[in-house]
This record gives sequence, structure tokens and C-alpha cells, in this order.
Amino acid sequence: MDYIVHLMIISSIWAILALSLNLIVGYTGLVSIAHAAFYGIGAYATAILTTSFGFGFASSLLIGVVVAMGVGLAMGLVLSKFSGDIYMIASTAFGVIAHNVFLSWDDVTNGAFGIAGVPRPTLFGTTLLENTHFLLLTLLLLLIIFLLTHIITKSSFGRVLKSIREDETAIQIFGYDTNWFKLAIFVIGAAIAAVAGSIYASYISFVDPIGFIVLEAVFILTVIVIGGLASNHGVIVGAVIFILLNELLRFIGLPDLIAGQMRQVIFGIILIALMMYRPQGLFGEYKL
Amino acid sequence: MTVLRTTDLQKHFQGVHAVDHISFTFRPGNITSIIGPNGSGKTTFMNTISGLHQMDGGAVIFDEHELTTILPKNIKNLKMTRTFQHVRLFEQMTVLDNILVVLTERNIFGALFETHTADHLKQAEQVLRRVDLWKKRNDLASNLSYGQRKLLEVARTLAMDVDIYCFDEPFAGLFPEMKKLLVDIMIELRKKGKTLALITHSMDLIRQLSDHVYVMDAGQLLAEGTAEDVLQRQDVIEAYLGQ
Repeated sequence: MDYIVHLMIISSIWAILALSLNLIVGYTGLVSIAHAAFYGIGAYATAILTTSFGFGFASSLLIGVVVAMGVGLAMGLVLSKFSGDIYMIASTAFGVIAHNVFLSWDDVTNGAFGIAGVPRPTLFGTTLLENTHFLLLTLLLLLIIFLLTHIITKSSFGRVLKSIREDETAIQIFGYDTNWFKLAIFVIGAAIAAVAGSIYASYISFVDPIGFIVLEAVFILTVIVIGGLASNHGVIVGAVIFILLNELLRFIGLPDLIAGQMRQVIFGIILIALMMYRPQGLFGEYKL
Repeated sequence: MTVLRTTDLQKHFQGVHAVDHISFTFRPGNITSIIGPNGSGKTTFMNTISGLHQMDGGAVIFDEHELTTILPKNIKNLKMTRTFQHVRLFEQMTVLDNILVVLTERNIFGALFETHTADHLKQAEQVLRRVDLWKKRNDLASNLSYGQRKLLEVARTLAMDVDIYCFDEPFAGLFPEMKKLLVDIMIELRKKGKTLALITHSMDLIRQLSDHVYVMDAGQLLAEGTAEDVLQRQDVIEAYLGQ
């Protein structure tokens, strides 16, 4: 039972990540490979603030969100001038830079050793040591973020994002300064990814730079491609499939030495197959 | 209503003078047609005045405002809108959303917290009924026929509160009944005192609609005047019809 609860928590964290990236990729058509950076900022903020400065989970989460928004604003100011392939390449470069900051800023992140002993959240005087209690918190945050993304994507703002995805020049002709819209959704996506990072750090109780490499961003992209670009419920299903598939591959008898690499190969093959035969994913409305 | 003028407008592409010192005037309550053979610079001219290309010389004048730089995002504030030679819809959005998106607030917070949905729906219904696409409102734009796509693009411009309409080959590929619908729309706009710039290859429609005609050839002005006058000129016939 505890294993199932664990899978549900991890799936929920990835669902939050996928919802955030889907705003940028699925709804706005901007393929960002920088997303692991914001996931990492949220995780490190909670890890550092709770272990070294005595902050609680909620305040560390909020600070992580604010820092991610600040970094997202700085990155987004550059990225929002681009679209298409250049956007993807530039965002990848930002992802690489962020990972190297996590890895090399020893005084703050403890470098490759990472930060251990991140405490579980304490809410209303109760520390959520039981995984079932932690799951409830994660599901609550997932629900809030799902509703938030639903409101954003169904609003007039969401409609403008889609039109940017479809033809940025054409929507500019109708009087939209698209750079601001691209910047806004990038910052919102960064903030939500930081929430996922904060929950992850608190759950696993350990963060290190390996968890936020560029490949992690590709995995988040894989989740939304599986579930469905521009579908909020689709990417939640995508996250569950991704985590379950990942677990399933543990049990098919791959040699230990190559198991990790083989999982990456298999996800790579799934991504290519989806691009070829179902580019909108399972429930998506948009084809890359 | 706004008078649109260009003075000495120039646009070059790697030494090719696509728009070569062009000075045109588009008056309110008039349909001004730009005609010429393929490659004569008509669409480049329209792209330059709407900011898709940056001008290399000259100016575009909206009433008394002389501009030497125009960005696409600014043309709404100049009370201008346009269609494209090759239809540019928001393909993976519904027909209704293609209209609603041009009715919405232009700033981020306005768009996020907009509360005028009922008004917008009413306006969208009006323009979609005008081009007979209301029953297709929930279809994706990519699923429309070619003619319907052209009409949706026109409907999108009708939803805008502007004075100047630029139509780049709007009649190409339309069935006769669709052409008639579009002709009626243009005549209505003219009656309302709007300024219309029209690029078309249809001689009948040029004669039927145009108050003034500019003929372009190799990026330059070849002739101007009423449709009857310019279409009888030997140099226009030679350039335009290759005779």
C-alpha cells in the first residue's frame, strides 16, 4: 500500500510539473527545455531554507516560488524575443546554466553532495510523516494548480496564448504585444514548477543537482507529449503513465548496469513514435 | 475617418526593388485597388504598410502622422487591419475563437480577468452570420473549406473597430456566391466611409468595385486612374496581360 501511495505522490508532483510546462509548450507553442531549472529552484529553496534557516514548508515554498518567478522573469525577458527552434535552443542553454549553478555554487547548494535532511511539512502543528498524509497535501496542491491552469487556459488570456502558438505575426497584426504574453506565461509556468520542486524536496528529504539536469526537462516534455499538448487533464494522465511505465521497466529484468540507460532509451523511442503517429498525444488538441 | 498615404515608399530585397518609390493615397469612402502582374510588388507593398516588412525608405502617413517604422502590433492603434494573400488563420482553434481573440483585451491583466464575454459573443455572432459561418462556429478553422477560410479571415477583420481595411486577393478561390457576399461586404464598408485597399486579379471586380486603381509593375507605379481608364491603356495591357 505504501508503495502505491509513493507512486501517487510522485505522479502528482510530475502532474504539477507537466501542468506548468503545458502552459508554455502546449498552449503557447514555445518548446522550453529550461523547466527543470525552476523545479530545481523550488526544491533547493525548500531544502536550504528549512535545513539551514529554520523556515517552515509553506514559507520556503512561497520564497521558492518568488525566486523562480524572478529567475523566470530574467530568462523570459530574453526568451520572449524568440520563437520556434531558437526559443528551444536558448531555453536549453538556460537549463544547462541552471544545472551548473546548482552543481557549482557549493556555499549555497553544497554542490554535488546535495542537501540531506529536508524535513517533512508541518501543518497545523502536525508533521506529515505518514505518506498518506503527505499524499493528501500533494493532491490538494495538484487540485489548486489544476484549477488555476484551467482558469488561465479558458480565459481570454488563454485564447491569446493559443493564437500565439498558431501564428504569432497574425495575432500581432490585431494589436497584441505578444512578447508580454509569452513572458507572463513563462513566469507563471516557472512559479508552478517551483511548487513541484518544493514538494519533491520535502518528500524525498534530499536534493542534489542530478535531479535537475536538462534530461529531466526532456522527461517533463515527454509527459505532456504522452498525455496531450494543450490538455490539462491529459497531462495528468500522462504523468501517471510516465511514472507507472518507469516503475514497470524496473520489473522486466533489465541488467542493473544498464537499467537506467535502457529506461531513457525506451522513453526516447516512445517520444519518437508519438511524434510520428500521434503528435497531439493521448488527449491533446495541438500537434507540435 | 483616416486617410492612408505613402510617400516615396521603398522596400528592397538583396538589391531587388520590390517597392520602388511608391506614393499612393487611399481615401475614406473609397475602394482603391492595386493591380499588376505576379511579382509586381503589390503584396510587398501591403506587407510594408502593415509592418510585416520594414520599409527601406519613404514613409507611411496616417492622416497627419508620418511613420518611417511600423510594427505589426501597432497597426491596430493606427485603425488598420488586413487579410493575407495566403490565409493565416489560427488553425487549431475554433471558428468562434478565431473571432473572439480579436475582440478581447490587449493587455495581460485585462485578458486574464475579462468579464465582457456576452458582448463579445454577440459581436462574434454578428460577423460570423454576416459571412455565413455561424453554424460552423465550433469547427476547427483547419477543417473549413478554402472559401470558408477566406471568409473567416474577412470576418476577423470585420470584428475590428478600425477605419482602414487592406484585403490581399480576398476573392481568389471563392465560389460565385461567396464572391457576391464579399462584394456586398466591401460595398457596405465603403458606404460607412471606411478606407479600403484591395489587391485582386479579377478584371470584372476591379471594374465593379474600384474608385481608383494603381497599376504596379516591377515595383514601380505604371499607371493610375479609374478602372475604365487604366484597363484600356496599352502599357497596362502589355504588362498585366502579357500582350
